[in-house]
Amino acid sequence: MGKVFAIVVTIITIVATAIFVSHVWWLPPDVSLLGAGIDRQISETMVTSGILFVVAQLTLALFVWRFADNNDQRKIKIFPGGATPMVVGAILIVGAEILALTLVGTKIWASIYVAPADPHSLKIDVQAEQFAYYFRYPGPDGKFGALHPELIDESSGNFFGLDPAHDTAARDDIVAATLAVPVNTPILLELHSKDVNHAFYVPELRIQQDFVPGLVIPLHFTAIRLTKSEIVCTQLCGLGHYNMRAYLEVMSAEDFKKWLNDQSAQ
Amino acid sequence: MTSPHSSHAAPQSFWRKYVFSLDHKVIGRQYLDLSLVAVTTGMILSWLMRLHLAWPTRAIPFLGVLSPEATGGIITPEYYLSLMTMHGTIMVFFVLTTAPFAGFGNFILPIQIGAEDMAFPHFNMMSFWVTFVAFIVLVSAFFVPEGPPLAGWTAYAPLSAVGKDSGPGEGWGQTLWVISIAIFCIGQLIGSLNFIATTLDLRTKGMTLARMPYSTWAWFITSVIGLIAFSVLFPACILLLLDRVAGTSFFIPAGLVISDRLQPHSGGSPLLWQHLFWFFGHPEVYIAILPGFGIVSHILPAVTRKPLLGPRVLIACMIAIGFLSYTVWGHHMFMSGMNPLSATLFSVPTLIITIPAAIATLLWIGTLYGSKLRFNTPALFCLGFISVFVSGGLSGFFLAQPAIDSYLHGTYFVVGHFHFVMGVAAMFAIFAGLYFWFPKMFGRMMNETLGKWHFILTFIGVYCIFMPMHYLGLAGNVRRYSTFTVDYMKGSIPLHRFITVAALFTGAAQLIFFYNLFRSRFRGEIAPANPWQATSLEWTTSSPPPHDNFGGHHPVVYHGPNEYGVAGREGDYIMQTSPEPEPVAAAS
Amino acid sequence: MTSLSVKSPAAPAQTGVLVGIAAITMSFAAYSSALIVRQGASPDWLHFTLPRVLFFNTLVVLASSATLYVARPRSRATADPAGSGAAVDAPNLTWLYATILLGFLFLAGQIMAWRNLAAQGLTLSSSPSSSFFYLLTAMHGLHLLGGLAGLLYVVYRVRRSSPVRAVVAYKAASLYWHFMTVLWLYLFAILATRI
Repeated sequence: MGKVFAIVVTIITIVATAIFVSHVWWLPPDVSLLGAGIDRQISETMVTSGILFVVAQLTLALFVWRFADNNDQRKIKIFPGGATPMVVGAILIVGAEILALTLVGTKIWASIYVAPADPHSLKIDVQAEQFAYYFRYPGPDGKFGALHPELIDESSGNFFGLDPAHDTAARDDIVAATLAVPVNTPILLELHSKDVNHAFYVPELRIQQDFVPGLVIPLHFTAIRLTKSEIVCTQLCGLGHYNMRAYLEVMSAEDFKKWLNDQSAQ
Repeated sequence: MTSPHSSHAAPQSFWRKYVFSLDHKVIGRQYLDLSLVAVTTGMILSWLMRLHLAWPTRAIPFLGVLSPEATGGIITPEYYLSLMTMHGTIMVFFVLTTAPFAGFGNFILPIQIGAEDMAFPHFNMMSFWVTFVAFIVLVSAFFVPEGPPLAGWTAYAPLSAVGKDSGPGEGWGQTLWVISIAIFCIGQLIGSLNFIATTLDLRTKGMTLARMPYSTWAWFITSVIGLIAFSVLFPACILLLLDRVAGTSFFIPAGLVISDRLQPHSGGSPLLWQHLFWFFGHPEVYIAILPGFGIVSHILPAVTRKPLLGPRVLIACMIAIGFLSYTVWGHHMFMSGMNPLSATLFSVPTLIITIPAAIATLLWIGTLYGSKLRFNTPALFCLGFISVFVSGGLSGFFLAQPAIDSYLHGTYFVVGHFHFVMGVAAMFAIFAGLYFWFPKMFGRMMNETLGKWHFILTFIGVYCIFMPMHYLGLAGNVRRYSTFTVDYMKGSIPLHRFITVAALFTGAAQLIFFYNLFRSRFRGEIAPANPWQATSLEWTTSSPPPHDNFGGHHPVVYHGPNEYGVAGREGDYIMQTSPEPEPVAAAS
Repeated sequence: MTSLSVKSPAAPAQTGVLVGIAAITMSFAAYSSALIVRQGASPDWLHFTLPRVLFFNTLVVLASSATLYVARPRSRATADPAGSGAAVDAPNLTWLYATILLGFLFLAGQIMAWRNLAAQGLTLSSSPSSSFFYLLTAMHGLHLLGGLAGLLYVVYRVRRSSPVRAVVAYKAASLYWHFMTVLWLYLFAILATRI
């Protein structure tokens, strides 16, 4: 039975590793400026933990294969050095990995989530609700109108609760169901939720951020390739959670201008 | 001198003997029975989810009859989320917390330290029945209008706090959920208190802390963790309950419009719930897995016939994990909208906690070196535990880093990770413990052939279920989706079907276990007092032990539990109660 | 003291109460941090004057700790070191009754404080400050009821004239009771400074 176990562990290790290495299922192509750092970090973590995975599983299999009790008079042996090499080894190997990953990883994290957005970013307001996203552009005046939750009315299309009758800044605000952005331009999203927690996740952008009702959460990115990708919700928000999505369209600057004009004409 | 714990004589009536029993052995078995019912329920729920994910439009036979929410046997999106919520809640609370800690701990801990019973037998009985009520309250959510809650086992506010406006099941179902978890907290608090007092005060003569078996150490450390964790979850549940039924605004911000209704609440903080929940929730992971550490460390020496490598280091690792578990809760919240600077603060201890876990793993693998491994079923499940714990632990490296978590958070990678490391690993430890202690609990052996088949099929099965989830996560497949209508996820459906088939296969393998369990209970070979030739106190008494555990005498302990592989004598081990002197050239 | 060293029946009861105190401390730490976070979360925190009766209640609960201390069993020079109970004094019944009375008086005072607040139109859901006021006082009151049950158990043990077990129960119950007093002082300070 021990040999069966050793063989099964070995097969599992080889198959699992082969699938990881061959990238049969892997990240979709990255379209963002800062995504390359994340991809590199994932690959490095994959290599180091992959090596640890293979070494640990195969050692387990080897010991199980080798040290079965055959009712012989063999004497037991203690691992050379006892527990000390285990402690030293774990602290050195895992410690070094932690140090290396944290030093690089913290920088990447900070560049995306801690660093303030470019002051010239295009600001877009995002409202999440059960089970849709709406995106608001400030319009020609460059200003967003104030939000009044009590004025939210799905039937008249007032998803944000704007008050154009009294609020001049709100009159030219453009609201769309698609997030269109110009390529190579820093974008600053301001996330707020109408009802419960939601999340903004675009695998191609390598970013993810929760919406928290009551808070306005900034999120910035720069798309560097033209693409149409899906934005999906990753924070359980109710029965339609599985269907909560929108599209991110990365356009050339001219196309974006045209798109914005079309939207305001509607 | 009479002490309070020995004041109850063996009861005679049916009710006092089997139902409202004060005997820790009966209570331990009641806990295990409860978790057996719970794990079966939870597993059936997971099959329904898997079937739905693989073939969303196919009707599931008989389901429509059982639950009106699934009209005609077709699972609706909200019913899927209800199944998921109940699966998670039942498995985490009523299986992973109940079986390895409360179940085995209750039965074995007092015997391992040479006590006649727990320190507070009445509290002990109460803790089980409180837990039982919590389970009944939770399951009753299936039978209220609109069914069970759908907010997940984490019950994030405000989805869980605003009442039925936020979705089906968020009315009565969610209220019952909160009440159930609050009651569960009380049961666990009483239980932990009992474990701590028992371990500290009722150890028999010679049972110093250094001579305590590793499983007792693990239960003791777990009860300390549990005492703190459930003391925080309970207030969180009270606050959530008040938000739901009394109109307070602890977690519900102002100005929410849900189902076209402006919610009458002012300025609460949804993140407050997340902080309180995860302050409990992360230590809960260790509440589930540390008893597994203890069980595996207890069984390994007996099946390898050599002392455990570095037992003191192992205990230090478990204590270190206990302490660190309270500094890492924020790693569940990297994307939650909390201050992004704190992500680094939570990431570093999260990565550091892998060091004691890695040391423990290396100690187990190192123990195998040069051993005389006996491949009985408990041994196999211990080996499986090590393998699965390594796999699940390593995927934690990804999620502990905020920069990578920003891609993998909320995907199946997380599902694969926590099922391996806390679900399957803990289950394997439970199985190992059950096959190992079954003879002590029931006086009969479990069938070894069936046990080996059960192990190998389950071992292959769980890898086929949870390893592919890591691939799905890398491809960006989001979790908690009832169907994959999103374009880029449609490609993953074949892999989901594979997982579903693997889940059904693994589930079928558990039938072998159930058959073995019930057959051995009545027909199994009669067990001797010490079938595994192990050293600790539970093997010095009869199988099953008498009402007062040691038949009227108090055992005296002379050795630690680690005296295996002793050369130059009949038998290669020394019982803890054996008065012979320490071997001069102990193998270590 | 000497007659009830470790490994006697005192130990588990004492340990149990100490562990329970740790758990209760942790849960009130959770309530307090929730209070601080919630107060900072948004500007809807309504400050109000605490009902006067709370000052009186604080004196009552302090007095109850004092009477409980006076009720303590006196160890005699002839006390049996083996703890057989032959010469151990039981706790003083009169002072125990006084403590229990003060305990109920405190609870009655807390209810008066609630009525006072309700008369001002401040209910559980009026403002987060009033929510926390009701919640913290109610939670403390419930835990105090447990303490009263413990004291009644001590009375029962004294009246059953089993001095050793009465002393054991007294030690555990009084440890818990004094903790309730300290907890109230802490809560009173939180309420006075935050609300």
